[in-house]
Amino acid sequence: MRLAAPQKVHPARTEQIILFRASTQVFAISSASVQEVRSVDSLSGVAIEVSEPSLPKVRHLLRRGERNLYVVNAALHFGLRPSPAALIFLLRKSRVALLVDGIEKMATMSRLQALPGAFCHEERTWYRGLTVLDQNVIPVVSPSGFLTAEELSLLDALSGSRSLQESTGVAGAELTA
Amino acid sequence: MTWMEQADTCSCVLLRLGERRFALAADQVAELAAPSRIFRFAHRTPDIEGVILRRGRVVPVCDISEKLTGKRLGQRRFYLIATCRRENSFDWIALPVSGECELIRADLTPAGAADSPHVSGWLSHNGEVIELLNLQALTPVASPGTPPQLAAASPREDHA
Repeated sequence: MRLAAPQKVHPARTEQIILFRASTQVFAISSASVQEVRSVDSLSGVAIEVSEPSLPKVRHLLRRGERNLYVVNAALHFGLRPSPAALIFLLRKSRVALLVDGIEKMATMSRLQALPGAFCHEERTWYRGLTVLDQNVIPVVSPSGFLTAEELSLLDALSGSRSLQESTGVAGAELTA
Repeated sequence: MTWMEQADTCSCVLLRLGERRFALAADQVAELAAPSRIFRFAHRTPDIEGVILRRGRVVPVCDISEKLTGKRLGQRRFYLIATCRRENSFDWIALPVSGECELIRADLTPAGAADSPHVSGWLSHNGEVIELLNLQALTPVASPGTPPQLAAASPREDHA
């Protein structure tokens, strides 16, 4: 008698996520897309103020080598009430740094459900989908959904013109929410 | 063509929204569920209140009462979980209702050109004329210009 070949068991694919708070809500982001977590205080001296009336969620930039990283206030991005931010996520392979209130915990996500089709506005670019953790539904943010290419170009143009002014002035600003 | 020639019989679920009753084609109804916790997260779709969890599935909650009766639903006794076929997808949606639902068979008259888009037909039941609802016209749907959902390959991704 020949025994049937044992079936290969494929372990469920999982993903490490960081649950973070912005204003009153909890969101998740893939830990693989976060390169660095810094406290707001540690960057307050090096942040440069930017002011683009059409993008109130971006008030600061950080210079990293030749690149500008734009600090996006997560609460304002999601249309929530501003709250005191304590941490900055520097995102991997991105020109966005995300200002958040704090980290709730790390977790493992085993299932990402697509955002239902009834959600049909900006949230479709904000989120990769939804996950369920401990009987709670948590939106999983899309790292590329914080600033569009057009918004980055606008900010680059603004900060480019600023850098000329700064060469004769003082850079550095308090990083606030 | 006479009215009798136009009429057809169909299975429908009668639902109550405040003082009024409406109907939904029975094949669009998945189940009637007791009210459960609504999970709310940031979004910009006005008609969606949040989502509920039903058998592991995330189902958006959409109160259609205001569109149909002019009032938001005060008391919610159940969620009628319905399915809504879109061009490229098959959505589940939870409709808060204010009373028991009833499965009936009734004569259906198709909607006319003058009827509102949310009316897909008219039912005659116990002397009452009831609108058969077209959910596609009542619930939000992404327009062709809406940016696609950005998604990565892992972990397992399920699509609604």
